[in-house]
Amino acid sequence: MFKKLFLYSLIANFFFIKKIFAAESGGMPQLDPEFWISQIFWLVLTFGVLYIVLSKLILPKISANLELRKSQIQENIEAAEKQRESSEAKLKEFDGIVLKSKIEAKNIFKDAREKVIKNINSKKEILDKQIDDEIKKAEAEIETLRQSAPEKINKIAVVTSNEILKKLIGAEINNSSISAIVNDLVKKNGDKYYGH
Amino acid sequence: MTQFEVYRIGPEIKVGAFDISFTNASLFMVISSLAILIIFNLGSKKNSILPNKIQLLAELSYSFVSKMISDTAGSKAKPYFSFIFSLFMFVLFCNMFGMIPYTFTVTSHIIVTFILAAFIFIGVTVIGFIKHGFGYLKLFVPSGVPIVLLPLIVVIEIISYLSRPISLSVRLFANMMAGHTMMKVFGGFVVSLGIVGGWLPLSFSVALTGLEILVAFLQAYVFAILTCIYLNDALNLHH
Repeated sequence: MFKKLFLYSLIANFFFIKKIFAAESGGMPQLDPEFWISQIFWLVLTFGVLYIVLSKLILPKISANLELRKSQIQENIEAAEKQRESSEAKLKEFDGIVLKSKIEAKNIFKDAREKVIKNINSKKEILDKQIDDEIKKAEAEIETLRQSAPEKINKIAVVTSNEILKKLIGAEINNSSISAIVNDLVKKNGDKYYGH
Repeated sequence: MTQFEVYRIGPEIKVGAFDISFTNASLFMVISSLAILIIFNLGSKKNSILPNKIQLLAELSYSFVSKMISDTAGSKAKPYFSFIFSLFMFVLFCNMFGMIPYTFTVTSHIIVTFILAAFIFIGVTVIGFIKHGFGYLKLFVPSGVPIVLLPLIVVIEIISYLSRPISLSVRLFANMMAGHTMMKVFGGFVVSLGIVGGWLPLSFSVALTGLEILVAFLQAYVFAILTCIYLNDALNLHH
């Protein structure tokens, strides 16, 4: 009896539990086809609208924006490249000018130096010539002076001797005889007197 | 499981025998689409060389999807860019809106993901046959396979090709559903363990939220990139 009751209760329990589970979960709602058609309809509608609006209106605009930015950046890069090139060329030109002017300056310096040296040389030559002339002139003068010196000295000697004799003896002696004596003496000892 | 339940909002609309009433699922489809349209409309409105935040967002998404397509499907896939872009954004936004508490996750319903996947499957097959004619069937005959193995390989290839829509849809659906169910379970633990022991599942729940946001992005990405790969098969046909 108890055994039978227990079995019944077990079976009842089993059904009850099954019922509870069915009420709680009810299976997956995803597999319930009640709203499948509705979901398909709305999916097609919303996705279709989304696709059409995106592909016809929005995506071309974004694509155009991106293209524009890309091309603008490219342009800017190209412009910058061009300017860099031109500045490089200008730098080169500038370097060339500096080099050229350096060479020019060197040349000018060289020319000036040569000119100055030439000038100095020519002036020196002229001066040398002048000095030579002066020296020659002076030498000639000295020579003439030296040539005329013995005669004068002779004369002085004759006059002086005459005076001395006059004072000593009191007699006047002919100048010509004295000059003959002086001449004789000069001839004899001239070398000693004039240092020839 | 109540979070996955679909219920009518407003009156019942019937076209013939079909019930196309506006439901909470429809509501979130509309919200996602509108959000995408609003964000990208704002992002494409002004064209400044230095983009503002929303324009940057739109342009980054554009280049992200564009790069994804050109990497996987090559330049021939360019005409399908807007479709894949819409698909990626739609799935992403539906997943992300599902992460907000008390919302409905559109992509956690197998019917939605299956319709998307089936449309992709049919579209890709049609494109393949248009581009290559019956040569598209060469997709099932890989080159460099021994002749003995060929019948087996062809059968396997055909099965794998036919199971594409199922794998594609189930992957997204199962990921979304599993994630949300897991969060629900941990949330239930928080409630049942109360203020004493509820902190551990709560912290798990917080961590799971982060993970789920990652999964929401990743699954949208996977969905889009698999579409690109299928498209690549149809367009380039080098197996």
